Amino acid sequence: MKFFFLNLFFPALLAVLGLASATLTPVVQAATPAELLSGYTAQAASPAVPSRGQQFFTSRHGREWSCSSCHGMVPTQAGKHAATGKSITPLAPAFNPERFTNSAKTEKWFRRNCNDVVGRECSAAEKADILSWLLTLKP
Amino acid sequence: MSFRSYSRALLAMMGLFGAFGGMQTALADDHGGRTSRVPLLPKYQEECAACHVAYPPGMLPQASWQRIMNNLPRHYGTDASLDAATVRELSSWLDANAGTYKRVAEAPPQDRITRSAWFIRKHDEVSESVWKRPSVKSASNCIACHTQANQGVFNEHDVRIPR
Repeated sequence: MKFFFLNLFFPALLAVLGLASATLTPVVQAATPAELLSGYTAQAASPAVPSRGQQFFTSRHGREWSCSSCHGMVPTQAGKHAATGKSITPLAPAFNPERFTNSAKTEKWFRRNCNDVVGRECSAAEKADILSWLLTLKP
Repeated sequence: MSFRSYSRALLAMMGLFGAFGGMQTALADDHGGRTSRVPLLPKYQEECAACHVAYPPGMLPQASWQRIMNNLPRHYGTDASLDAATVRELSSWLDANAGTYKRVAEAPPQDRITRSAWFIRKHDEVSESVWKRPSVKSASNCIACHTQANQGVFNEHDVRIPR
């Protein structure tokens, strides 16, 4: 009986759990824009304000670019990279179903682009404001 | 020389020139092929072609790619940072596929493909004003004129310079 558990059952259980967690990781990252938004508002411990988000997105923050410099003033159409000219797919989720569906990807782009635009990481409140505004943009 | 032998010689000459000319055309068409169309690592496409064309790894020497990958937070004026595991994966793929394009032994200034001697020479017929057109914007925007740049094809016969 001891032999069974130590040598067969537990290793098998570990293997199954390991496999499950490896395959589940991408599922854990997958999200809806609404889920990501509630994550940010929870972190911010205050409700999101779409108009503040629009203000933040379309203004410059002491540096060369605003978010709009690449994504457009109303990001419902393709944008254009301010330096390279590369086409950027629309940012508003209603116009591009891929947007804000992967938490790791969202966090990566917030980290880099806020650094470029603002010179620091955006706060959870700022991310919530921006995302809440983007979600108001409908066809 | 008799007429017959003269015309035979002439035909032979024409044949030779024809063959030579044909060869030239074939070589010219191969310009696109010389970029060593290594299939792009999907991760490279995903992470390195969001803001600009997926530059063929063969177009820069290893030393250039290493410097680029070690300085992603300061990537030609923007933050292009990635997690360490992704940096390692991309770096080793770039390393393995670097410098296969002809005359790419020397690192260009600022590790910029567009400052390479071969690039400048190949584009010396393009006037300064063309690079400044809004439809082109920059010499680094290959796909503005090389419509198949994302497939690693830069054949000069397929170039369309937009207005």
